[in-house]
Amino acid sequence: MRSAVQVRCLEHLPVKLRHFLLHVTRGLDPRVLLPRLRGKVGRDLDCRVKPGSDLGQRSAKYVLVFAVTFSLIALSATRASAERLVSSLSSHVVQITSNFTGVELTLFGTVETDQATVPHNGSYDVVATVTGPRESVVTRRKERIFGIWANADSRTFVEVPSYLEVLSTRPFENIADTETLRREQIGIANISLPQQIGPDIADVIPNDQFRQAFVRIKRERHLYGEIANGVTFLTPTLYRASIFVPAEALVGTYVVDVKLFADGAVIARTNSAFEIVTVGFERFIANAAVDYGLAYGMATAMMAVMTGWFASIVFRRD
Amino acid sequence: MEIYLPIADLPVNVFLVLAMGLAVGFISGMFGIGGGFLMTPLLIFIGVSPAVAVATVSTHVAASSFSGAVAYWRRRAIDLALALMLLAGGIIGTISGVWLFTELRRLGQLDIMIGLSYVLLLGSVGAMMVAEGVRAILRARQGKPVELRRPGSHTWIHGLPLKIRFKQSKIYVSTIPVCVIGFTIGFIGAIMGIGGGFLLVPMLIYFLRVPTNVVIGTSMLLTLVTMASATILHAATNHLVDAVLALILMVGGVTGAQFGARAGQKMRSERLRLLLGILVLAVGLRFAFDLIVAPDDLYTIRTLQEVR
Repeated sequence: MRSAVQVRCLEHLPVKLRHFLLHVTRGLDPRVLLPRLRGKVGRDLDCRVKPGSDLGQRSAKYVLVFAVTFSLIALSATRASAERLVSSLSSHVVQITSNFTGVELTLFGTVETDQATVPHNGSYDVVATVTGPRESVVTRRKERIFGIWANADSRTFVEVPSYLEVLSTRPFENIADTETLRREQIGIANISLPQQIGPDIADVIPNDQFRQAFVRIKRERHLYGEIANGVTFLTPTLYRASIFVPAEALVGTYVVDVKLFADGAVIARTNSAFEIVTVGFERFIANAAVDYGLAYGMATAMMAVMTGWFASIVFRRD
Repeated sequence: MEIYLPIADLPVNVFLVLAMGLAVGFISGMFGIGGGFLMTPLLIFIGVSPAVAVATVSTHVAASSFSGAVAYWRRRAIDLALALMLLAGGIIGTISGVWLFTELRRLGQLDIMIGLSYVLLLGSVGAMMVAEGVRAILRARQGKPVELRRPGSHTWIHGLPLKIRFKQSKIYVSTIPVCVIGFTIGFIGAIMGIGGGFLLVPMLIYFLRVPTNVVIGTSMLLTLVTMASATILHAATNHLVDAVLALILMVGGVTGAQFGARAGQKMRSERLRLLLGILVLAVGLRFAFDLIVAPDDLYTIRTLQEVR
């Protein structure tokens, strides 16, 4: 039954694509398949194939659903092959040395098109999200207790980005609608910052007081940020952006997720990454302090004794 | 010249930290104290977290008290037996202090406790020192002889059991108050990042009647050992000791102390005590101000764990 429907509704597609679709959807229940595909394409299209007349009523519904699905696949497939996003970074390894005061990296790339590309009415928009290594952070609120300000209430944010920078060509609300921004996690307000709530871990509404305070403090330290004109198009297809990472940033892998928007939808995406590493003396000290705490403490205490002893020799007067 | 501190996790100017070390060293040399109670607040002021400041200053105090202790050792001005007895209490005090420090940090109440301890301790000690200093100066003005607190009058402390004779100090006292004093200094030192010299010296003189010629050397030896063990314990349990920061502070501190000691010798002792009292009181009031005045930001964040 299914194969009959598939063949009929795929007739207008190129042979290669038809075979591919038949292959990937084989044996899948359309009720499972449809939401998955709809999530990928993100828009509804007209049904182009009528249900088969020899099928029962229940089956006819499947046929209709399937037909819609396939036309969706067909469209998204041609779209995805139309634009390709290419990006790279000026550096993939940042070394923290003793005089490290932060680093500025350049993200650059192009939107690749071919003859099959359907021209767009508007221009392209690029949103680059830089996410640093994850950390768990406790946010505390002070309250007046017996006349002094002491920490009272607290919330723990679980495995949230230690660094988060969202760069875009225009303000987000001009790029896509609220629903799309939310689904694509564009902007700090739409990025999940899960909190420990009792035994559960869940994200809260964006205007939660602790979430707002957390984001505000991170912004003040230049660890979180949004730059609405952070990405610039040098030519209609060539873009660049500057990523600033302050000295306080954690060591680890930073992922740069780049999304290409056109007509309010994501049409291509790509990933890039860079690594922040400590080298030399600082790395040695930082690692030793955590991995060999006792030996590190003894060495430091010895250093103190040696310094004191040295001073008593240098400045000896009697 | 900016340098990145690996544990404090922030860049600082080397010359600023060196100058702070020199200034605190000068004062500590002038008054014959470790200077921890000045260094910890200064580090907090330049942006080092209170926890790292306390842990790192203990290393700095260990260095400055060692160079002092060497000088007193040469002059045979240390009562080794008394120092060892104080240490027995001191080590236990340090271990308990570091344990409480870790617990408070976990509960998020460490910063407030450091602040409160500073207010209470420095406020009361500073006020007493100022009152005492003013009285001494007034008496000198009126032409009366400076009152000398001669040991001799016995208190209830001398009635306690388990008495031991300390030959060098020429005292015969119970081991209980000696251990309690050691414990108190070790405990306070681990939580507040102070050597406790400005507390220990008066305690030894007033409670135990230790003669002034051995009191400073003995106090420095105790400070050295409690602070060195506080360094090791803080490093082993909380990983908060910044060796780079400590080294810069130490170099400045031991150098400044030499000049301070020379300046101190030219001043009259009651005036010196009054100045120290004012300094101690001022630091205590500064901490009180921070606790009472509404903070700019009610919220603070602290990283619990980095996910690697």
